[in-house]
Amino acid sequence: MIDWVHPSLLLFGGAVVVALLRGRAQQAWLLVLPVLVIWTVFSLPSGEHGAREFLGIALTPVRVDSLSMVFASVFAIITLVGSIYALHLKDTAQHVAAYVYAGSALGVVFAGDLVTLYVFWELMVFSSVWLIWCRRNPVSMAAGFRYLLVHALGGVVLLGGVVLYFLQTGSVAFDQIQGDGWAFYLILIGFMVNAAVPPLHAWLADAYPEATVTGAIFLSALTTKTAVYTLIRGFPGTELLVWLGVIMALWGVVYAVLANDIRRLLAYHIISQVGYMVAGVGMGTIMALNGSASHAFTHILYKALLFMGAGAVIHMTGKAKLTELGGLYRWMPITLLLYMVGAFSISAFPLFSGFVSKTMVVEAAALDARAWVWLLLSLASAGTFLHTGLKLPWFTFFGTDSGLRPKEAPLNMLVAMGIAAFLCIFIGVYPHWLYAMMPEAVEYNAYTSGHVLWELQLLLFTGVGFFLLLKHVGGEWKISLDTDWVYRKLLPIIAGAVQRAFSQFWQGTLATLSRQVTLLVSGVSRHHGPQGMLARTWPTGSMVLWVAVLLAASLLIYYL
Amino acid sequence: MDLGKLLEALVQRGKLLRRIMYVVLAGLVIADIVIPSAYDRFPWESIGGFGAFYGFISCVLIIVVSKVLGYAFLYRSEDYYDD
Repeated sequence: MIDWVHPSLLLFGGAVVVALLRGRAQQAWLLVLPVLVIWTVFSLPSGEHGAREFLGIALTPVRVDSLSMVFASVFAIITLVGSIYALHLKDTAQHVAAYVYAGSALGVVFAGDLVTLYVFWELMVFSSVWLIWCRRNPVSMAAGFRYLLVHALGGVVLLGGVVLYFLQTGSVAFDQIQGDGWAFYLILIGFMVNAAVPPLHAWLADAYPEATVTGAIFLSALTTKTAVYTLIRGFPGTELLVWLGVIMALWGVVYAVLANDIRRLLAYHIISQVGYMVAGVGMGTIMALNGSASHAFTHILYKALLFMGAGAVIHMTGKAKLTELGGLYRWMPITLLLYMVGAFSISAFPLFSGFVSKTMVVEAAALDARAWVWLLLSLASAGTFLHTGLKLPWFTFFGTDSGLRPKEAPLNMLVAMGIAAFLCIFIGVYPHWLYAMMPEAVEYNAYTSGHVLWELQLLLFTGVGFFLLLKHVGGEWKISLDTDWVYRKLLPIIAGAVQRAFSQFWQGTLATLSRQVTLLVSGVSRHHGPQGMLARTWPTGSMVLWVAVLLAASLLIYYL
Repeated sequence: MDLGKLLEALVQRGKLLRRIMYVVLAGLVIADIVIPSAYDRFPWESIGGFGAFYGFISCVLIIVVSKVLGYAFLYRSEDYYDD
């Protein structure tokens, strides 16, 4: 009697079914499968399951506790939302990739040991890259390969850490990582690559804007948040992460000012928002860890909503740059409205979801008396509203009319956005629903007059600054260098130089060698060649003569 | 339901919306000064209207610093990576 099903296996099996079906039947399955997944996730019994020994290593493939459930439940919800958003799509490869990817992400959050985690971790990379490649143009092919390269390296580092950790402790159980040797840091770096912590973050802003319109929803939700989960589980209270988180929050904000591609702007704000979560992990107090987990939950919903809004604009207009967009409010008003719900949520306006989660991380900094962290995270909050809530919608939906006259987005896209928008407002109005899921009891009230007044002033006066500087904040026909410059420009230059130097060396060696060979050949040919002493042909007559001499000699010897 | 028309009507009353916004902004600052501050973990938390000041300064700082970084170091033409 099976009383539970691993949701990852359900998704993998479901992906095979997607591949076999076509047309209406496939569409129906795209709706049924995620609902089954949600049901499976919520009916998992808590505790550890399926423990077995493999090659002398104790594995725990499934561990269900409150922390894994926070992430698993929002992953399951977003799989449904993403499926509805992609319902019109007749691209089986993308649907399959999305489900394998979602299944792998669930596998990571349920993994009770580092080996199982690693297997699902790699599976995430190799399934998610197809959501980039499926856009089927040279730019996304190249971006996909870079994405693969960075994650392959990150995976190797993680694997190295896991092996060392096993050698040191004799266990691969995934709990707080002990010690501070190589194993600790290698595993940390492996997780940090996926969490997009600078300087290991550039893959995100490089690849996500090149992904398919529908694939970006899954990408924005899963990879960085599984990494946040692993950091909460493995590295709570790692002081280094506080400052890396603050740097992340600000890094994303700076690059969002410079971004022109709407999904690149949003991608940089993933980095910025994950910065709050990473900082929360670093502080490691109960309030901070609850804040990180609840911010991951709300972030997945509002960020998917924002990506869906931007994706709808790209889907309907074929344009992705602020400099090409403008004046769409009259033509895509529902998209605008739903997008703005996401924008108010990420900006942490009262009554929207970000307010009840982001302020918890900031509050944790206050309780910890970390003044700089508090000030800088508040500054990043202003930046979030500045870009996602003001710059992007202003220059896309208002601003100068671009002359584009698109239709409203298809119904399935609007429904998916509507579900996400509903949840954003629901959590904002009724945060207890979210708080009740948290790993530790939440003793935090977001709706104090102090918080509400502070946040409203911060955000609305950011708006004043925006409209004063409106002329300087629009998109520009430019791209900005980020750390991916190292492997997109610097390494190719170095590789080119090395290749030239080596080829010169090789040519030189070849020339020397060929001189030597020529000398050898000419020497040999002097003696053995057609004119050579040793190759001279002797006439048959002389042979007969010598035979006669030999016979005469033998006759002579015989008689003697 | 025509949301588009509603939005258009609002856009046409932009001036009125802006005035309403000014009143809201002023009201917020006044409220923050009048209502005794709930927190005093940091010295600035008890200064009325500090949030407004900090939000505005943050916004200007972010734009100016980022643009300076952009023009000085980071901006490249769009075909920079195409070889």
